[in-house]
Amino acid sequence: MKYADEFRDKTIARGLARVIGAEADSQREYRFMEFCGGHTHAISRYGLEYMLPANVRMIHGPGCPVCVLPASRIDMAIRLAEQPEVTLCVYGDLMRVPGSQGKSLLSAKAFGADIRMVYSTLDAIRIAEQAPNREVVFFAIGFETTTPPTAVMIRLAEKKWLKSFSVFCNHMLTPSAMHSILESPDIRNIGRVEIDGFLGPAHVSTIIGTEPYEVLAEQFGKPIVIAGFEPLDMMQAILMLVRQVNEGRHEVENQYSRAVTRKGNRRAQEEVSDIFELRDQFEWRGLGLVPHSGLKLKQAYAQFDAEMRFTMHEVRVADNPACECGAILRGVKRPVDCKLFGTVCTPEIPIGSCMVSSEGACAAQWTYGRFRDYRLRRA
Amino acid sequence: MRAYQRKLDIKNGRVDLSHGAGGRAMAQLISGLFHEAFGNEWLARGNDQAAFDVGAGRMVMTTDGYVISPLFFPGGNIGSLAVHGTINDVAMGGARPLYLSASFIIEEGFRFSDLKTIADSMGEAARAAGVYIITGDTKVVERGKADGLFISTTGVGVLADGLDLSAEKARVGDRVLVSGSLGDHGTAIMSRRQNLAFETEIVSDSAALHDLVALMVAAGGSSIRVMRDPTRGGLAAMLNEIAHQSGLGFHLQEEAIPVKPAVAAACELLGLDPLHVANEGKLVAIVAPDMADAVLAAMKAHPLGCDAADIGEAVADNHQFVQMSTSFGGGRIVDWLSGEQLPRIC
Repeated sequence: MKYADEFRDKTIARGLARVIGAEADSQREYRFMEFCGGHTHAISRYGLEYMLPANVRMIHGPGCPVCVLPASRIDMAIRLAEQPEVTLCVYGDLMRVPGSQGKSLLSAKAFGADIRMVYSTLDAIRIAEQAPNREVVFFAIGFETTTPPTAVMIRLAEKKWLKSFSVFCNHMLTPSAMHSILESPDIRNIGRVEIDGFLGPAHVSTIIGTEPYEVLAEQFGKPIVIAGFEPLDMMQAILMLVRQVNEGRHEVENQYSRAVTRKGNRRAQEEVSDIFELRDQFEWRGLGLVPHSGLKLKQAYAQFDAEMRFTMHEVRVADNPACECGAILRGVKRPVDCKLFGTVCTPEIPIGSCMVSSEGACAAQWTYGRFRDYRLRRA
Repeated sequence: MRAYQRKLDIKNGRVDLSHGAGGRAMAQLISGLFHEAFGNEWLARGNDQAAFDVGAGRMVMTTDGYVISPLFFPGGNIGSLAVHGTINDVAMGGARPLYLSASFIIEEGFRFSDLKTIADSMGEAARAAGVYIITGDTKVVERGKADGLFISTTGVGVLADGLDLSAEKARVGDRVLVSGSLGDHGTAIMSRRQNLAFETEIVSDSAALHDLVALMVAAGGSSIRVMRDPTRGGLAAMLNEIAHQSGLGFHLQEEAIPVKPAVAAACELLGLDPLHVANEGKLVAIVAPDMADAVLAAMKAHPLGCDAADIGEAVADNHQFVQMSTSFGGGRIVDWLSGEQLPRIC
């Protein structure tokens, strides 16, 4: 496959692995957090972690929007969908995410709620146009990558005079979460390991550019390398991180230069800032309340805000106390250290956030890597 | 004097509740549409059952329901699929398929023209495979009670003496052979889903595999331990199933697994794994190592097996994992699909 195979070349990968091995100082450990779920998924899928030297360790970050969405927001969506006049449109991978009572949108659908799986924001607009007598709500979720399409959708709904269309907004911001991981007292309480650098978001950075990370790199003295989602992208970015650490630098570097610029996509940024504003705080599964990390619709677009339209209330719920997602997301523990991992918590019946989507740290380990937890006997 | 009956208006007519009520309308639908399409001596006798001869050997029987959406897809429709799928289930036992039954559950309002197209392609698929549809049933349900058309087919075949293919016969060192490229059918279907339409030249691989199987059995006999067609859940589900039933693990080489570039690209866009995507004209055989090359050569000699490949081996593994060396040089598990195959959002 053109433009993909080039970035999955085995020979180049081995070469890069050799260079990383040669340049990494055997006297020290390197702990890098890959922020995005896309990175986590690729690391497991291509078995990349095991090509790195033993002292270069990847910590799987919280960058999967489905995983970090708290159970309370899923509960809100289920309550909304159970209202007889509501048609709720959601992206497919949200369907199985468990709320607080073990109920998911998929099970709510089986009990009669009108929930439709959509592949794009335009599908939801089409459904609203075809059913003018229904209250059609789009379950908007995602980081900066999926926010511009939601903004465009609201503009379109306004232009088309869609009177019974609204958006349940759950858009989240990545730099705030990185800031929180590096700083929040909440995190110190449950312990953390020192992170030596970040593999920065790929798709998110195409929108926001590399500039927003500069203050983080400066303030916390951590190198950040924006990396693409292909395995060679990540290998190269890891090498760039190793070099920064070795040379005592802490800069924002851009490995994914074929798609990301320093300023990002201005047009998309303007669309977003026209329609959305910051929430004071937003809850992340595993991280708790993170200040200024979520978006909501501006007052001028209140008619499209499902939370206003249906006076939805958020009731915070506690995660399963045995669940180690919080510690796993900060690299304090690994999936196998959790008592629930692979016993009561599997991709079929996820308990914690990291098992929810295929991009979560636990789900990736379970799906692609759990054989390494056992001793393998080859014939 | 015969009562006048208006001809079936195939072009513009639609199925209504009377076509399943047991009266004249139903008789007319059966004789005018299904008999026409399937035409054979058993059906022509019009009995509630069909009596048939079978040759020497053990009998094989299988049944399957077809509830796909959309009903028409590049490379076939629900009718050809209902014939190929059941023939293949019989053939995977190493047997020669002989007869089929077909049961139709039709939603009120279904177009006669569509029903005729579907019945005709069933007849065509059966004739091409040398198999007869010898008995059937028709029901009509109210609008909204079925998604257009559901078809169930049952297949009967005979198995030569001495042949007994089963998953528990797999042994350490056995080779895993696949008859061609994976993921074509599922990708073709997805490309036509209403909310996902994308343009592609991929067509379904829907095909009857029993001739290919006959060549393989002639070449390999009982050194073929087990055969399966990787339909729903794809190669991944099928190998995990055999791993559980045999108590073994498998080790695959990603580079050896044939996947068409267009299928790989579509899966990449949708965030799917081609190893989880359904096939309808492919088989996987677990074969004793000493006969694997002979069976592979027999497969390659048949048009439906020209892209056949040896993709891995059975290994001793208490955990019954299906593992794969990735083309990138790492290793990973090839697991069952969790839940439904859902595209990822980012």
